[in-house]
Amino acid sequence: MTTIPQSTAAEVALAAENTGKKRNQLLSLPALLIVGIFGVVPLLIILIYSFLKAAPYGGVEWKFSTDAYLNFLFQKDIFDDTLQFTPDYLIIYFRSLVFAVLTTVICLALGFPTAYFMATRPPAQRNWWVLLITIPFWSNLLVRTIAIMFIIRDEGLINDLLMGLHIIDKPIAMLYTNFAILLGLLYSFLPFMVLPLYSSLEKLDFRLVEAGFDLYATRRQVLWRVIIPLSKPGIIAGCLLVFIPALGAYVTPLILGGGTHLMIGDLIAQQFGSGRNWPLGSAQALILMAVVLVALYFYVRNTSGRMKHG
Amino acid sequence: MADAEKIIDIKEQPGFRTIAFICLFLLYAPILILIIFSFNSGNAITRFESFSGHWYLSALANAEFYGAAKNTMIISISATILSTIAATLAAVGTTRVKPWPGLAAAFMIINLPLMVPEIITAVATLSFFALVAGAFGLNFGIGNLILAHTVFCIPFAYMPIRARLEDMDLTLENAAADLYATPWQAFKRITLPLLVPGIMSGGALAFIVSFDDFTITQLVAGPGQTTLPLFIWNQIRRPMTPEINAISTILLLVSIAFISVSFLIARRRK
Repeated sequence: MTTIPQSTAAEVALAAENTGKKRNQLLSLPALLIVGIFGVVPLLIILIYSFLKAAPYGGVEWKFSTDAYLNFLFQKDIFDDTLQFTPDYLIIYFRSLVFAVLTTVICLALGFPTAYFMATRPPAQRNWWVLLITIPFWSNLLVRTIAIMFIIRDEGLINDLLMGLHIIDKPIAMLYTNFAILLGLLYSFLPFMVLPLYSSLEKLDFRLVEAGFDLYATRRQVLWRVIIPLSKPGIIAGCLLVFIPALGAYVTPLILGGGTHLMIGDLIAQQFGSGRNWPLGSAQALILMAVVLVALYFYVRNTSGRMKHG
Repeated sequence: MADAEKIIDIKEQPGFRTIAFICLFLLYAPILILIIFSFNSGNAITRFESFSGHWYLSALANAEFYGAAKNTMIISISATILSTIAATLAAVGTTRVKPWPGLAAAFMIINLPLMVPEIITAVATLSFFALVAGAFGLNFGIGNLILAHTVFCIPFAYMPIRARLEDMDLTLENAAADLYATPWQAFKRITLPLLVPGIMSGGALAFIVSFDDFTITQLVAGPGQTTLPLFIWNQIRRPMTPEINAISTILLLVSIAFISVSFLIARRRK
């Protein structure tokens, strides 16, 4: 009951301020206009483009057409104009999905122990670990990908080393393979997994871990039945932060795949080169967006569901 | 002492320390090797001959590098200023406000660039500027890139500023209002000075993401609008020399400097 005067005082102050606060809404306007015009409108434009005809030299013709979506799955036979099912694009989408899932799983397997280890350090050490993970998080992705390329090239450090030690006499071809892309994706997005996991594990109540031990749980049981369930929000956030950029990765397959192992990102970019098919590229981009929205939907449903329970 | 040991013991999980150090090694070994070879005196990017700084001199003497660095600075600084101003206003407009029906939508729009894969933003922005140029004959030149960068910098600048506003003690602002300060006076004399670390942290992040951007820049850039990441991309398609390592190292150091600034400001708050 003693809290009542305080809260009324706060309410009075709030009411007094509201006269000024009403106009504050307008302060969001510049940001909303910039993102609205130069961020949202472009997305609507590719939505429209995906239903237009391709112009012969890049760009679009303003005629309604569903060719872009048909072309995604079928190809017109040159001789008799019948539609033939061509899974080429689907295969690239499927391959990208496999890469993204594998990257997410491996990042989680490496990232969870790392984040847990960080969260159980003394506070001063923790800050150093966070800084060490934050630096690659924000560092130039192109430069980091090139760093990987230098190491796994035929003349790269690993092959040089192995040949110098006479373990192999011909360089192992690692660059421009699926392995290179997976390694690049892992390396690129590992910090994106560790940081959200860490911020979730940092808040972990270790009294619950202690309670688990008191109830004769083994170390593994405590990990699987107490720690992991409690850090589920961080796990979901981390997986999403890795999965979405990995699925739409462009730089990694461009440099480490060498144009032979395409992922969705390169496929889309290719369609927007001069003389290519912009409507098809727009449709491909929107199909990728749809997959991302499904992932985001599951994220929102999972997190809001927990809020209701908790 | 026995007690302290027991607490540490409870938190320990076998093998986690090893994995943590493996992660650290994975993240840093490639970067360190890249940096080491930037000091190679020879032409090879993998066989180290002797220590030399001459690749840095040759990079700095490269006219193309200068052009790219100039473009990068024009774009990044403009985008940082525009996005930080817009993000600061928006952060105030979404925290110091009575809840209104559009608030959730406004929040979503501001953060939209974080949710859309970069390649989609890239091709959409390319289509947008192609349409604007075709339909209205408008071409803002390097302004196209500044606008594209401002869009994706806004959410990065917005997050730390908003976090700072949310953590801020409201009693000071209320006291100002009690003492008959106008909303503008209260903002200028109380909120803004307290907000400066958030703005600096947000500005630093905006600068990094603009400075480092490759995907969107590559698709949107017109002829002669080469930025540093695009310059590096052009370099790796030619016979490679440690000059690439030197330029890459410079880029990494700029990022690391800004990350550390942003990180230290954010940490001091706590």
